[in-house]
Amino acid sequence: MAKKRRALWEWKIVRRAMWDAVRKLNPRKMMGNPVMFVVEIGSVITTALLVKGGAAFKFNLQITLWLWFTVLFANFAEAMAEGRGKAQADTLRKARSETVANRLLENGETEKMPSSKLRTGDLVLVSAGELIPSDGEIVEGVASVDESAITGESAPVIREAGGDRSAVTGGTRVLSDRIKVKVTSNPGETFLDRMIALVEGAERQKTPNEIALNILLAGLTIIFLLAVVSLQPFAIYSGSPQTIFVLVSLLVCLIPTTIGGLLSAIGIAGMDRLVQHNVLAMSGRAVEAAGDVNTLLLDKTGTITLGNRQASHFFAAPGVNEQELADAAQLSSLADETPEGRSIVVLAKEKYGLRGRELSSRNAHFVPFSAQTRMSGVDLNGFEIRKGAADAITNYLLQNGRPMPGEVKESVERIARSGGTPLVVAEKARGALGVIELKDIVKGGMRERFEQLRAIGIRTVMITGDNPLTAAAIAREAGVDDFLAQATPEDKMRLIRREQENGKLVAMTGDGTNDAPALAQADVGVAMNTGTQAAKEAGNMVDLDSNPTKLIEIVGIGKQLLMTRGSLTTFSIANDVAKYFAIIPAMFAGTFPVLNTLNIMHLRTAESAVLSAVIFNALIIIVLIPLALRGVRYRPMSAAALLRRNLWIYGVGGIIIPFIGIKLIDMLITRVGLA
Amino acid sequence: MKKNLLTAVLMTLATTILLGLIYPLVVTAIAQVLFPKQANGELISKDGKIVGSALIGQTFSGAGYFHSRPSAAGSGYDAANSNGSQLGPTNRQLIERVTSDAAALQAENKAAPVPVDLVTTSASGLDPHISPAAAEFQLLRVSRARRITPDQVRQLVRQHTEGRQFGFLGEARVNVLELNLELDEHYPLH
Amino acid sequence: MTVNGWLQILFFLALVLLVTKPLGVFLARVFSRERTFMDLVLRPIERLLYRLTRVDENHEMRWTEYAVSMLLFSLVSMLLLYLIQRVQFFLPFNPQKFTAVNPAHLAFNTAASFTTNTNWQAYSGESTMSYFTQMAGLAYHNFASAAVGISLAIAFIRGIARRQTETIGNFWVDLVRSCLWVLLPFCLVGALLLVSQGVVQNFRPYDTAQLVVPQQVQRVGRDGKPVVGSDGKVLMDTVTEQTIAQGPVASQEIIKEWGTNGGGFFNANSAHPFENPTPFSNLLELFSIFAISAGLTYTLGRMTGSQRHGWAVWAAMATLFLAGVTTAYWAEAHGNPLLIGENQRVSALQPGGNMEGKEVRFGIANSALFATVTTDASCGAINGWHDSYTPLGGMVPLVNIMLSEVIFGGVGAGMYGMLIYVVLAVFIAGLMVGRTPEYLGKKIEAYDVKMAMLVALVFPLVILVFTAISSVKGFGTSGITNPGPHGFTQILYAFTSGAGNNGSAFGGLNANTLWYNTTMGFIMLVGRFFMIIPMLGIAGNLARKKYVPPSLGTFPVTTPLFTVLLIGVILILGALTFFPALSLGPILEHLLMGAGKVF
Repeated sequence: MAKKRRALWEWKIVRRAMWDAVRKLNPRKMMGNPVMFVVEIGSVITTALLVKGGAAFKFNLQITLWLWFTVLFANFAEAMAEGRGKAQADTLRKARSETVANRLLENGETEKMPSSKLRTGDLVLVSAGELIPSDGEIVEGVASVDESAITGESAPVIREAGGDRSAVTGGTRVLSDRIKVKVTSNPGETFLDRMIALVEGAERQKTPNEIALNILLAGLTIIFLLAVVSLQPFAIYSGSPQTIFVLVSLLVCLIPTTIGGLLSAIGIAGMDRLVQHNVLAMSGRAVEAAGDVNTLLLDKTGTITLGNRQASHFFAAPGVNEQELADAAQLSSLADETPEGRSIVVLAKEKYGLRGRELSSRNAHFVPFSAQTRMSGVDLNGFEIRKGAADAITNYLLQNGRPMPGEVKESVERIARSGGTPLVVAEKARGALGVIELKDIVKGGMRERFEQLRAIGIRTVMITGDNPLTAAAIAREAGVDDFLAQATPEDKMRLIRREQENGKLVAMTGDGTNDAPALAQADVGVAMNTGTQAAKEAGNMVDLDSNPTKLIEIVGIGKQLLMTRGSLTTFSIANDVAKYFAIIPAMFAGTFPVLNTLNIMHLRTAESAVLSAVIFNALIIIVLIPLALRGVRYRPMSAAALLRRNLWIYGVGGIIIPFIGIKLIDMLITRVGLA
Repeated sequence: MKKNLLTAVLMTLATTILLGLIYPLVVTAIAQVLFPKQANGELISKDGKIVGSALIGQTFSGAGYFHSRPSAAGSGYDAANSNGSQLGPTNRQLIERVTSDAAALQAENKAAPVPVDLVTTSASGLDPHISPAAAEFQLLRVSRARRITPDQVRQLVRQHTEGRQFGFLGEARVNVLELNLELDEHYPLH
Repeated sequence: MTVNGWLQILFFLALVLLVTKPLGVFLARVFSRERTFMDLVLRPIERLLYRLTRVDENHEMRWTEYAVSMLLFSLVSMLLLYLIQRVQFFLPFNPQKFTAVNPAHLAFNTAASFTTNTNWQAYSGESTMSYFTQMAGLAYHNFASAAVGISLAIAFIRGIARRQTETIGNFWVDLVRSCLWVLLPFCLVGALLLVSQGVVQNFRPYDTAQLVVPQQVQRVGRDGKPVVGSDGKVLMDTVTEQTIAQGPVASQEIIKEWGTNGGGFFNANSAHPFENPTPFSNLLELFSIFAISAGLTYTLGRMTGSQRHGWAVWAAMATLFLAGVTTAYWAEAHGNPLLIGENQRVSALQPGGNMEGKEVRFGIANSALFATVTTDASCGAINGWHDSYTPLGGMVPLVNIMLSEVIFGGVGAGMYGMLIYVVLAVFIAGLMVGRTPEYLGKKIEAYDVKMAMLVALVFPLVILVFTAISSVKGFGTSGITNPGPHGFTQILYAFTSGAGNNGSAFGGLNANTLWYNTTMGFIMLVGRFFMIIPMLGIAGNLARKKYVPPSLGTFPVTTPLFTVLLIGVILILGALTFFPALSLGPILEHLLMGAGKVF
């Protein structure tokens, strides 16, 4: 499943959609969509009458054909949206192809069995080069895994037993090493299975909002049915009864076929857009909720700031010059492959011109970071250099009978207050050399994005384990509205509950097992694909890219989905004005020529007027398919501005456009002699 | 449900007594004290007999009287049967009636065209007024029949012309019954 | 159209604007049971009423109990009205010795009509109803149905304003407070003001006046046609007397408008000089029709904490009002093009224009204004016959009712009708801002849309179905008195007026028949109660919901843009439903009239 955007009219998809459009004519399927079902019934009635024969065959035939086209176009729109999902599902299915698993027996031996037979709780061995047979949890070992089949990301990721990176997904490939995996899902219920079902739309249920809109559309359909059915007696009173063909035409033009035909396509396309952003929503409800979100909870690290802190300053201890400090710091970090360590080397190089040295010749011995000492460093020619948190170094120095100088302590405190992390560098012989300041680097463009969110009424809350002082400093710099410092999972939960009690919808991202309750409580919980199985189960979306910033895009997609529905509904209803002006004079001007005054489009004949309206009504569905699939344009702005913009385009535009469209069609069909 | 049904019955009775009986009786009592003339229909008596109400029009015929608007109340100005003609604007009956009435009025008054209020029925069928234009239209005929100068008549018409209430509400109008009674009093027919 | 005409129209609107805030504040205080200056007098009466009727004034009702109480009260009071009509000859205050209201279907029609605040009148007041029936039956229902309407609007507003509760108030308390605080005090003052203008208020038998000039009139037979003698000439009678109908009119007249009921004491309604004698009484009646409904927009804003939303709704109403009155005034002032020889010019000396079925003292501006106002609201009083208006002038009242009378609207009914439109507008357009639609902090969801659509559906259903049947069946078309498209409009207007609980008519339609009395009675009940119940359902559902605090992302319901949107939704939904019918009625008639056609 590549990240590339699928072309809108991919021939393969179009071809399949055309067949599906015909298959969907099955009345049992049509009944789910009351608006189009009414059109289908109308088409059947006119077809039956057409077969019976009668006057005006050419006109009646064309009407009947266009009525059928109307239904087919609507079906086609839905099939197109589904087809795009199906194409994606096909790619996924390839990954799910049957593999052979090495199941671990109780006696320690393995047996070969097809992956489809694996049950929850089974243990399997997966070696380099093999596909992981099912979703599971690594219980032993560490391996690099190629997850591109699911995420589209080609760089391998490290998966290891214990901690938050232990989950593996069926269908991904182990590249190195060997791991023991405990299977966590039964056949047919794996992540991949669910993903396929989701993108195919097989499990699609109508979302609350879609249900409400469907009620509105069904209601409007009944109202227009009444208006048209009662028109015949009125026409009889007036001495100009109408043919069934004309009445059905009027009905089909009036009921909201445009939105009725595109509604399910819009919903499917919304899910599809998420998939294109590499996000899987477990339900359409979650996508809608994303549009409604009032509060975003964002983890500081990796979301607001770059994943890692970076060295920004050296503060030398009394009697030590900065050059010496930088040199020691760099030496102690040369073998430190953590981003923090690398950033120290880089800072020393850039600021003091110190180049990284080849140390193997110098007989150096590196001391890696350990949980006991909470220090790292280097032993070099009798020197012992250590760096670490202030309290760890203080202990280290005390053991060697040296106190921490007051100036260093002050630097440490000052750095902590301003939101940075102090690392103290010491040499066994000389004592503390100074302090390195590590700072959080706020990602570029975050401030602007938060401003946009504020403009659309969304509040951002930064979640961090830092102390309140540090948190406040970063919050200020990043421009978030609020922050939760020293946050425990319980704090997070409390915050979510409090927001929800105030009627707000909360969205958050998470990956750890301890995020699971909060993910479940949040209205939109986006789990990172790198996260634990528990987190993925608890959330209602999974981000395959594991990019927490994407929450902001997800909100945009949710809004776009609702906006597209609303805009096309408005457009559909506004269209009716022009259709009345086309059809009503056409119906009665024969008996009452004065009614031609209402024929403001000056349509050529009564027949061409009715036909043009019906054709316009059918074609507009096709014309709007791209809009339904892509969604209306969305830019972050206040609701008032959005409303004004969309009312102009889809409300006023919806009144004007059909006047032009119907007139053009009328000119065309009279020119070619169809009416 | 049962309790609310009981309340519904009691509430209907109690409020009927308060709003359906006590309230109108109180209003009547106060009205009869404060505005006895208006509360009883502004009846006009002549020689001890009621000859009409200042608010209700009557049919007048004969050259010496100002004529009222046509009336569709009963057989004409039936104050126990208020009604309009209920004729629609495209009803042939309306057009024919207006046309023939207008022709008659033009012949009678030797003037044209007829002010429209004089050939259209009022909504109540009891409209006591005609427009000043409609009075002017008939003025020469009346003065001739009464053998007085047009200005003498005009003087009376002016007296019985009400302007717009408070200077801007409603339309200027002439009370036909009062005007005709005044004519009879000052310039009796011979 | 004249400057003076517009001056009167705008003066009227200014009065309505002026009263909106004080009355709105007063209503909010009354129904929040805060202190008002009338408490000293009214509180003891209120307590007495509760004691007599066994009401616990602190009891709060769920929407279902509220609805049941309202239905029970309407049912019982409707039965009582039916009974009073049928036995009025036993009862006092019957100087004209009227017999029972006959036939039974007329009494049923009238009872349904007054219970539903419609006041459709298939009878002629001065020749049918005793003074007792008028006061204790008809005028009483003018109070009761109006009080029910106000109570329901307040219950709906509470539904929006309250959060996470099950209850929306106590029907009995709202009813009593509506009667005592809102209706009664103003009516006492207003009735006397009307008397000062010449509206009668007495219990006299009808007076008899000696005509100044005895009249020769054609003798008319039972079939309404002149009786022809054996010599082939029409028989003539000499009439020397005029019977002048009297009665306790003023006390009924004022509540007729203040409660937007519209049922006249006399057949000619507010055109009758004893109901509406002067331009000032006319202004007072017009003002009374709009006042409470205008005030309720302010109450809405105040009780929901969004005063600007209240004004946004007011502005939508005022705009639609101006659009209607402009059209009607323009059409009527232009007169009837089929009358060529007559002087229809508007001038200082004559009203001019289309004066058929209008009174000289009101002229064109006030008649067009009254027709617009009475149908903007669900009043239905008339000071000129809509049947005789020009096609477009008559279409304005028809369209006003078709839009469900939400332009200020009936007392209470206008407010909750408008709120249904607001819910639909917020839902349709609310999606366009990319959120689940919210109305004043309450999410609009499937249940609310379902109920709102039910309300929106019932109305055209009954109108169109019964109009359709009546326009092709003999028992329907036989009532037509104006042939051609106008006859169709007569039928359409009748059912629209019934379903909309307006009560005005294209009065020529002969509707006192079994078919019209029973169907009209039925649709008046449907038009009222089938709308109220889903509406209360929404109120109850909204009250239950959590409040979502507004943000920049919230759909704005306080801006001019919202006003425009609301107007758009009202016009498009209303117009789309009824455009075909209108095009074969008034629009066709207008075009044919322009082409010189008569029927």
